[in-house]
Amino acid sequence: MTQAVAEPPLKGPGADERLERQSALRRLLGRPELGALLGAVALFVFFSVVADAFLETSSFSTVLYASSTFGIMAVGVSLLMIGGEFDLSAGVMVTSSALVAALVSYQLTLNVWAGVVISLAVTLALGMLNGILYTRTGLPSFIITLATFFMLAGLNLGVTKAITGNVASDSVRDMDGFDSARAVFARDVDVAGVNVNVTVFWWLLFVAVATWILLRTRVGNWIFAVGGAAASARAVGVPVARTKIGLFMGVAFCAWFSGMHLVFAFATVQSGEGVGNEFSYIICAVIGGCLLTGGYGSAIGAAIGAFIFGMTNKGIVYAEWNPDWFRFFLGAMLLVATVVNLVVRRRVERSP
Amino acid sequence: MTGAAVPREQGSPDAAPLVRLTDVGKSYGSVIALRGVSLEADAGEVTCVLGDNGAGKSTLIKIIAGLHRHDSGTYEVQGEEVAFASPRDALTRGIATVYQDLAVVPLMPVWRNFFLGSEKRKSFGRMDIDFMRRTTHSELAEMGIDLRDVDQPIGTLSGGERQCVAIARAVHFGARALILDEPTAALGVKQAGVVLRYIVQARERGLAVVFITHNPHHAYPVGDRFLILNRGRSLGYHTKEEITREELTALMAGGAELEQLAHELDAAASGGAVAKELAREAKDLGVADS
Repeated sequence: MTQAVAEPPLKGPGADERLERQSALRRLLGRPELGALLGAVALFVFFSVVADAFLETSSFSTVLYASSTFGIMAVGVSLLMIGGEFDLSAGVMVTSSALVAALVSYQLTLNVWAGVVISLAVTLALGMLNGILYTRTGLPSFIITLATFFMLAGLNLGVTKAITGNVASDSVRDMDGFDSARAVFARDVDVAGVNVNVTVFWWLLFVAVATWILLRTRVGNWIFAVGGAAASARAVGVPVARTKIGLFMGVAFCAWFSGMHLVFAFATVQSGEGVGNEFSYIICAVIGGCLLTGGYGSAIGAAIGAFIFGMTNKGIVYAEWNPDWFRFFLGAMLLVATVVNLVVRRRVERSP
Repeated sequence: MTGAAVPREQGSPDAAPLVRLTDVGKSYGSVIALRGVSLEADAGEVTCVLGDNGAGKSTLIKIIAGLHRHDSGTYEVQGEEVAFASPRDALTRGIATVYQDLAVVPLMPVWRNFFLGSEKRKSFGRMDIDFMRRTTHSELAEMGIDLRDVDQPIGTLSGGERQCVAIARAVHFGARALILDEPTAALGVKQAGVVLRYIVQARERGLAVVFITHNPHHAYPVGDRFLILNRGRSLGYHTKEEITREELTALMAGGAELEQLAHELDAAASGGAVAKELAREAKDLGVADS
C-alpha cells in the first residue's frame, strides 16, 4: 500500500476501475460467512445422500426448528462476540427466564402474560447486571459470566425446589392467556401443508434485525469498534461501556424469548436445563465466522452456524446413527469450520 | 509569559491564541507529572513538544485532549478558560487528538473508521453509507492518499497512511487544533517523512498543530515553536529563530546530561574497541587461552 501515497492523487477514474475489477470475488471471499456457507452446503449434501428421510419436507421443518431454538440465542451471542465478549450464563439464563415466567404466573395466579412481562424485566436486568459488573470491574467477561452462570444455575434449582418442592415448575397450561402466549412463542404455522414452528420465523426476523443493526446503523459501527479496539473506540467518542452493556442485554433479550418458547411449548420448566447450551451458542457464532477475539463476524454467519448445528443434530437421527455421537461431530465441525475460516481469511489478506 | 516573546504573524481577528496553557501542573497522587508548563498553539503554526520518556509529554497531551484535568494553572481556548470533562468536550471546541496507537480499529473498513463516533445518519437511525464512503475517498484524496477501496480494513494500510487517515478524519470533523501524539515514533524513515508532509499540509490549511515527539530531527523542519520538557518541567520554550537544530537536540536530552553521556559513550566505545583489539592480539600470540 505504500505506493499509494507516492502517486499523485489526481486519478479518480483509474481508482474506480481498480475498484470494479477487484471487488466481486474479494467481497465474497472477505465475508465472514463464507466458510460456514460452504460447510452448510457440504453437510446438506452429505446428509441428503446418507439419510433418505432428510430431504422430506417434514424433516426439514424439524431441522429448521432445532436450528431456530439455538439460532435465536446465537443472534445475541454473536453480536456480543463481535463486541468482544462472552456470556457463559446465556444457557442457564434461558431456564431462569422461563422459570420466572412460569413460577410467577402460577404462584400468584396471574395471567401468563404478566409472567411474560415480569420475566422480560428480570432477564434484561440480569443481562444488565452482567454488563455493569463487566464494565465496572474490568474483569474478563469470561469470569464475570462464569460466576453468574453458576449463581443462576444454583438459583434455578434452589428457588424452584423451595417454591414447588419439585425440580420442575408447575404446569401453566390451564392458566389465563396460555393459548395466546403459545400462539406467539410456540405455535406451529402451516406453510404449504408443512407444520413449521413459529420460532423459525422469529429466528429469521431476529437475524434480519441484527444484520441491519450491524451493517446499517451507528450502533452496529460501535459494536464492531468496541470488539475490535475498545480503547480506540473510546478515544473517538464511542460510548464503550454503554455499548457493551447493551450487548449483554441483547443476549438477555434472546434468552427471554427462548425461555418463553420453553414455557409455552412444554408448559412446565425443568430447573436443571440449559447447562452447557451456552457453548452451543458460542459454537454457532464461531462456526459462522465470528472472531473469538471480537471485531469481526456477522449475524447471518451465526444463523448459518445454527443451521449447521440443527442439521447435524437431526441429521444423525435421520441417518439412524447413534445420537451419542452428536457431540463428537459438533466438536469436529467446530474445528474444521474455524480452520477453514482461518485459511480463507489469511488467503484474502495476502492477496493484493 | 514566554508566549509574549512570540511574534504573531497570523492576523487572527482575536488576539488570543487558539490554545494557551499557562503554568499548568498535574500530579497523580504524590507523583508530580507536570508543573509550571506553558504553551501556545495558534492557527497556521506547528508547536512541537519535545521530551524524553517520562518527561510529561503524555500528561500534557491528556490535559489538552480533555482526558485529564489540570490541577493548577490555566487552560484557555481562544482566550476563554476551559476545564474539559471528556475528549468529547475538547472535540466540540475544535481540539482533536490523534493518538499514536489509539487511532483506529484495524479490522474495520477505512470508511467506518473515518466516521467512527461521528457517524452521519439518515432517518430511522440508518447511516448514510454512500455519503460516508464518498467523503472518506475524497478527503483522503485531498491528503494525497489514493485508496483503491475504502472498504478495505484499515489494518491493511501502512502505519503512515493510518496516521494520515486519522489526521484527515480530525480535519474533516472541524478540528481547528490538532494534537498529534508521537505520530512518527513507530514509523520508518520514509513513512515518517510522509506524516511530516501532512503536518505541514495541516498547518497550511490553517490549523494549529501541537506535535509531540521525542525526535528533534522530526520536530525541527516542521515546527514554528518548540517546548522542551524534562521531568515534568519546561526546559525552554523557543521560536524557530531563537534555536538551532543542534541546540534543540542538546536541550531535549537535558543539555549537560547528554554531553556527559556522549563522553561516556565515546569512552565506552573506544575502550571496548581497544579491549577487543588487545584481546585479539593476545590470542594470536597464544598468550591467552580462551
